[in-house]
Amino acid sequence: MEKNVKKSDDSIVMRIVRNQMFIPLLALAVLFIFNLIADPSFFKIMATTNNAGNSVLTGNPITILDMGSELAILAIGMTLVTSASGGQDISVGAAVAIAGSVILRVLRGGSTVPVIFAFLLGCVVAALFGAFNGVLVAYFKIQPMIATLILYTAGRSIAAWINNNELPVIIDPKFTYYGGTIPGVPIPTPFFIAVICIIIIGLVLKFTNLRLYTQAVGVNENSSRLNGLNPAFIKVLSFVILGLCVAVVGLIKVSRLSTINYSVVAKDIEMDAILAVALGGNALSGGKFNMASSILGAYVIQFLTTTLYAFKVEAAALPAYKAVVVIVLVVISAPTVRDWFSSLSKKLKVKEVA
Amino acid sequence: MKDNAVLEMRNIHKSFPGVRALQGVDFTLRKGEVHALMGENGAGKSTLIKVLTGVYGKDEGNIFMDGIEGPVAIHSPQDAQKVGISTVYQEITLCPNLSVAENMFIGRTSGVGQNWKKMNKDTEKILRSLDIPATATQQLGTCSIAIQQMIAIARAVDMDCKVLILDEPTSSLDEQEVEKLFKLMRDLRSKGVGIVFVTHFLDQVYEICDRITVMRDGQLVGEYVIKDLPRVKLVSKMLGKEMDDMSDIKSEAKTYERKAGEVPVLEAENRVSDAGIKPFNFHIDKGEVNGFTGLLGSGRSECVRALFGADRITGGTIKMKGKSVKITKPLDAMKNGIAYLPEDRKGDGIVGDLSVRDNIILAQQVLKGFMKPFSKAEANKIADEYIKLLSIKTASADTPIKSLSGGNQQKCILARWLFTHPEYLILDEPTRGIDVGTKVDIQKLVLKLASEGMSVTFISSELDEMLRTCSRLVVMRDRKMVGELSGDDLNQSKVMSTIAGGDE
Ligand SMILES: Nc1ncnc2c1ncn2[C@@H]1O[C@H](COP(=O)(O)OP(=O)(O)OP(=O)(O)O)[C@@H](O)[C@H]1O
Ligand SMILES: [Mg+2]
Repeated sequence: MEKNVKKSDDSIVMRIVRNQMFIPLLALAVLFIFNLIADPSFFKIMATTNNAGNSVLTGNPITILDMGSELAILAIGMTLVTSASGGQDISVGAAVAIAGSVILRVLRGGSTVPVIFAFLLGCVVAALFGAFNGVLVAYFKIQPMIATLILYTAGRSIAAWINNNELPVIIDPKFTYYGGTIPGVPIPTPFFIAVICIIIIGLVLKFTNLRLYTQAVGVNENSSRLNGLNPAFIKVLSFVILGLCVAVVGLIKVSRLSTINYSVVAKDIEMDAILAVALGGNALSGGKFNMASSILGAYVIQFLTTTLYAFKVEAAALPAYKAVVVIVLVVISAPTVRDWFSSLSKKLKVKEVA
Repeated sequence: MKDNAVLEMRNIHKSFPGVRALQGVDFTLRKGEVHALMGENGAGKSTLIKVLTGVYGKDEGNIFMDGIEGPVAIHSPQDAQKVGISTVYQEITLCPNLSVAENMFIGRTSGVGQNWKKMNKDTEKILRSLDIPATATQQLGTCSIAIQQMIAIARAVDMDCKVLILDEPTSSLDEQEVEKLFKLMRDLRSKGVGIVFVTHFLDQVYEICDRITVMRDGQLVGEYVIKDLPRVKLVSKMLGKEMDDMSDIKSEAKTYERKAGEVPVLEAENRVSDAGIKPFNFHIDKGEVNGFTGLLGSGRSECVRALFGADRITGGTIKMKGKSVKITKPLDAMKNGIAYLPEDRKGDGIVGDLSVRDNIILAQQVLKGFMKPFSKAEANKIADEYIKLLSIKTASADTPIKSLSGGNQQKCILARWLFTHPEYLILDEPTRGIDVGTKVDIQKLVLKLASEGMSVTFISSELDEMLRTCSRLVVMRDRKMVGELSGDDLNQSKVMSTIAGGDE
């Protein structure tokens, strides 16, 4: 019997529990079962015709894909920032407003400038703001949350200033494709944009050393430096990459409305992005990360938000529910609880044998 | 319990995923004895201690303490402290950003009220009684490793205890400090405290210990009274085989001779960094092994760090093979074929959460470039090769390096730099925390590399080791180079007198 006790450490159950994807998958399963029991119609998908006369799919699962994709894109950058700097960027929502405002400025009215040009300009501006945050963190050694508080506070005013406090609209109907749907394709475009971003980051992680360098800097800055890395540069790089993610989301946000509402666009999105990283089982104190897990986490967070909306929870009350999720997360990822889990599974094993 | 025993561990088992670290180990500690716990790297010494002090839970077995009925339940280091066990762990576990006094008293003040003045005063008293050159209000991180180690010891000793556990406390101390520690241990022993002492220094074992327990591969080999177990026997018990002689090393070393007109591999002039050393000149030839010696804090590590660009460089020039090069940061040095194994393994060496594999390939990967990662298969092959070459004990190449035993972590860092195939290899305390058998292997490896044309700087706080391997010793005192010894001058007494400044 005692032999069995020892082996259970390596049992399949324990291996699954120890896998990083376990937590987001578990959360996904819980949400899924909860909705299935509470109201199976939650999962209904309908084919309808939108304002532009295209046939599109609607329903909660589509909303999750649509809105979750914005989060997933931001989670990519947030994961890297978290890993390298051991902190989080809370200026993401404000930066989305800035990037969106830049795009709007270029395309406003009946402008004939190609969208790609406006988008690239948005990328440059967002990357510069990212670099600003990164420099504060890496060279001035300011805590990331504090450093990004500056842009968090000032960002939306800057965004409004870019368009002289006006609310111009973009007339070109094709511009709605990025945040809406492309004629003939019933699934929202943001999902495809997210897929492209995920493929790009996947390729970058596979064909460069971004993962190794970022993790090394996050785990031990001194060692990294003595191995020839430049920790400050890598931290700035992670903020710049987050900036690029922000620009993509900026494009989607402006496209959804053909304009922008400076004070509410992407409000509190940084909290959801950070939550996605945490739900993905990544340590918010930096170091090792699992990108796939963060991305899954993003969609699960959106699943939760959409579920809460479906149950008519007021928008103002959402944060309270998410706080509960945070608490549960913190508790189940705490080492003591994990130990308890494994000793429990050992005990069960013993009972089985006995 | 046996007569006079203060602590008994019976049939202790502990497994980690893929490793059976302890398999039915017994251990008995008596009142008023110093008991050495010996074994190769990865034998399970630290694990036994961590099980005893509640850092890890045990899978099986019982622990008994004098004066307590039945097996004691120790689930955390706090529990251990409560039953009178105080511990200095192998890796320093203090908080570098707190003051020395805070570190001394953290976690053992009762109640909320905190008398800072008294705390600082008490700390000063303890520091002075142990001759530790630090102040109570100093931030711990600003102290050298040796001093941090002494503070950790002072903290443990200061708590009233029945059992004191010291896991490789002397690995970063110099002779004077070891003497201080031994005096302290003798005092405690005469007061009836049982002391567990883990070390890889045989001399120290025979100087202070009364009894030895030997472990091998997670199993108990046996318990011996010191006079029944001469050195050679001890070593063969640890290794499970007879050890090769060290004497053949001597004949290989010191054969190096400078050829006329040869251009040094590296030549530094007036090199100086912001770490508080005086500008120094230094050169090393192809295939030469040299060493830096001096007391702790004499600046030997700072010198090699200045060569590697590890600290901020404030002046001086470096020539590699006669050509001027600019080395202001580690990457410059690496590109010029210099490798540096740092003194502080935990702080500067390992990247704890990353795998053994990533730790081994890291430096070479950085040299190779951002856009050219090793494929998974290549990386695995390299890791496996070095794991075999240096016989690194690890469950797999995927294991996070921080879960390896101290000595095996050190071997990984050595592997990392060997893999960069440097022309000039700087080793700052490469044998710290490494067992006797492997120490000899490393010394041999250094000599072999040198005979193949690599230049090596070898720093060790064990003079013996340097005398065996180096053909030239640079002597440091007060952050200044004060002499250079080679040839017939390379003997214990001459080196000691130069270090002390006797002949000036
Ligand atoms: N937290 C852990 N997770 C997984 N394996 C571990 C862990 N701690 C120790 N081990 C393994 O247990 C074995 C014993 O390690 P331990 O640290 O006790 O050795 P040691 O005798 O103290 O060696 P050294 O002289 O090098 O300090 C090693 O193989 C090590 O890799
Ligand atoms: Mg150990």
